[in-house]
Amino acid sequence: MDAAAPLFRMEGVSKRYGGVRALEDAELTVHGGRVHAILGENGAGKSTLIKVMAGVVAPDKGRMTLEGNDVSFPDPAAANRAGVVCIFQELSLIPDLSVADNIVISNPPKRFGLIDRRAQRRIAEDALARAGGEDIHPLAPVKDLPLSRRQIVEIAKALARKPRILILDEATSALTAADVVKVFAVLKRLRSEGLALLYISHRMHEIAEIADECTVFRNGRNVATYLAGTKTDNEVVEMMIGREYSHVFPPKQAAAADKPPVLDVRNLSWTQRLREISLSARAGEVVGLGGLDGQGQRELLLALFGVLKGVSGEILIDGKPTSITSPRVAKRKQIGMALIPEDRKTEGLMLPMAVCDNLSFAAIDRLSRGGIIDRPAERKAIDEMIKLLAIRTDGVNVPVGSLSGGNQQKVVIAKWLMVSPRIILLNDPTRGIDVGTKQEIYQLLRRLADSGAAIIFYSTDYDELIGCCNRVLVLYDGAVKRTLVEDEITERALIASALNIATDQVGAGLKPAVNA
Amino acid sequence: MSDWRYRLAEQRGTLLAVGIFLVMFVIYVSNHPAGFTANVVQTAANKGVLLALVAMAQTLVVLTAGIDLSVGMTFIFTNCLASYIVTGPMGTALLGVVGVLVAGLLCGALNGLIVIYGRLQPIVTTIATGSIYYGIALWLRPQPGSSDDFNSDIADLMTSQLPGGIPMSLVTLLLVVLVVWLPFRRSAVGRAVYAVGSSEVAAYMSGVPIQRAKFVAYTLSGLLSAMGGLYVTFITYSGEASFAGGSNYTLYSIAAVVLGGVSLFGGVGSAVGAIFGALAFRTIGDLIFVFDLEPLWQTLFQGVVLLLAVCVSSVRLLQVRNRLDLFS
Repeated sequence: MDAAAPLFRMEGVSKRYGGVRALEDAELTVHGGRVHAILGENGAGKSTLIKVMAGVVAPDKGRMTLEGNDVSFPDPAAANRAGVVCIFQELSLIPDLSVADNIVISNPPKRFGLIDRRAQRRIAEDALARAGGEDIHPLAPVKDLPLSRRQIVEIAKALARKPRILILDEATSALTAADVVKVFAVLKRLRSEGLALLYISHRMHEIAEIADECTVFRNGRNVATYLAGTKTDNEVVEMMIGREYSHVFPPKQAAAADKPPVLDVRNLSWTQRLREISLSARAGEVVGLGGLDGQGQRELLLALFGVLKGVSGEILIDGKPTSITSPRVAKRKQIGMALIPEDRKTEGLMLPMAVCDNLSFAAIDRLSRGGIIDRPAERKAIDEMIKLLAIRTDGVNVPVGSLSGGNQQKVVIAKWLMVSPRIILLNDPTRGIDVGTKQEIYQLLRRLADSGAAIIFYSTDYDELIGCCNRVLVLYDGAVKRTLVEDEITERALIASALNIATDQVGAGLKPAVNA
Repeated sequence: MSDWRYRLAEQRGTLLAVGIFLVMFVIYVSNHPAGFTANVVQTAANKGVLLALVAMAQTLVVLTAGIDLSVGMTFIFTNCLASYIVTGPMGTALLGVVGVLVAGLLCGALNGLIVIYGRLQPIVTTIATGSIYYGIALWLRPQPGSSDDFNSDIADLMTSQLPGGIPMSLVTLLLVVLVVWLPFRRSAVGRAVYAVGSSEVAAYMSGVPIQRAKFVAYTLSGLLSAMGGLYVTFITYSGEASFAGGSNYTLYSIAAVVLGGVSLFGGVGSAVGAIFGALAFRTIGDLIFVFDLEPLWQTLFQGVVLLLAVCVSSVRLLQVRNRLDLFS
């Protein structure tokens, strides 16, 4: 397969974020005129890999060569000049500028030192036509376009830069099936023109259709490279499995099946992002949300918590239809809901404020009488929480920003425990915190469930879903694709359903649910 | 949709500002005891152009999603400087004019450098530098006044009436738009300024020269403030280090920018809109006189009109589907 000299090569590339190892001695070889697919589960290092290639993050060590010459990209512009262009998962379009402005943004055509609008228009129309977006008006502002059209504009923008290596990171995830057909026709033409295409996707059937070769990443390393079509889906899933188990989970308790659900959601939909989601959770139950990142899990939690407008469907609390219109309503006693948000630094904490202030924010109305905060009661509640969660802090008056990540996360959780919630929504609460604190959080979840809370738990770490949950709903494209119950929750089943592919009967390769 | 509808939509804020201005101005002249005469227009234009220049200066920084609280003080500082160096025969006086503009340019460049390399917030940076510029102004002109050989010929020329009663100040403003704004708007760096203001992350990911864009925006802002400072010298023949004057120009420039359809979140708007915002804002202030109301009511009246105008532009927030977007 290495008949021709490689166009691009990276060797021994490593990258750490704090203590987390994102890439470890990774290697990749890219040839012109081929589509190279990159596979791997959440956190396997795919995103970091392409960020290094595109000049967004600098690797700690390693070497990259383009046509045999050493290269390094200090910023995205440098990568672009070398012909490496990336279409990122988070869109890189500028919302207030027009489609044409965006397409030529990195290198607008000039005449007498000023932007030549006619030439720009020509380039934009050309690029749109090549990307299959003839129907998009070049003067339309990007912010007015639906997501699928924006994605086409992203591709047009990349093409206008005349790339030699084009990286597509989940570039089709927002596209309709008809759009994907168009884009694939474009990609196939580009391949025949000699471009190297790197294709990152979780849609296995797309990879089967377009890829020439595939590389699987796991734990920040490339574990296998093979020609497309030489491995079955099952073998691919097998290669993706094999994370290091480092967590200890408390034993699960089955929730009493006779109790009615505390939270019952029926046919919840929101714009194009959530589709007809139904779920229920009884007291004492931990319901997991699985699937690849960005399949609507975050939106689902926000919808339940009253943050989204225009949500259709029904939410029943204790069997009664309830309308939750804001987080303020959600935390009322009758509902008793709490959301531990994804990004503790922006949505969970006021970083410069003291630990004690942060702890009492959500419960402030319970701790005050006639609008005046009852200091002794507040103090007592705070001390209880600090003891309950074993928050390590130099007193309650230090800024919460000075605590370690794990202790910050405990403060976020404690803040919501102070309102004694009955329904607890958690959005990937253990991301970026140390193993010890993770284990404390698992214990805490179990205790909360045992004391009668219903817990909805989204995690990008499959081990956590396996170790903590009574049931897991796997989301794909904003809809529940599969519900796994108790022993069905295995890594194989989670990955297969996250990728939306059918594997052999899950019963065949059952692994123990909890590995110590 | 055809091209012209997109172009129209892009200019919506500017057109709205033109509309507000026209309504206010028609009310103003039709109630003015002297009616629509060259002198009424002249007076209105001279006052309006000062704020218009400062509002253009503010626009450039606001487009980058920053804010410049030193525009008024740069205006005052260059006014005081001009009263010293726009002196003598025509030749040296013109050199003085260039000197004043360069001084403004440097004020803006300093703001830009601190914001870019010091990574300080624009609001704090410009409060601090604004105080410095005011300090220099006060040092130059502890008392209002001007040099004995102040060149009043230039001043008279720049505030004169052209044949047909067209005020020279408006012609100058038009020239500034043609020579400074339009080329900027159509340059690559101008587009970079919009890109940075609209989404700095996306701009970075697209390889847009972010630092150059900000530097140019702040520097041009200083230049435009200096043009305002120069013009006020032409009108008053003197320099005055007025703290209240500087602060008012700063605050009014922000009001004018918002009236002119420039988004304080950056990336949207045009200096032309800001000019009409400034003219409209001035006219609102003058309405009080033609209606013979107590001057005491002026700021209250201005405030109410400003609020109403701003409400019109925030209607789009009703369409937000994810409430978290309201805060970003």
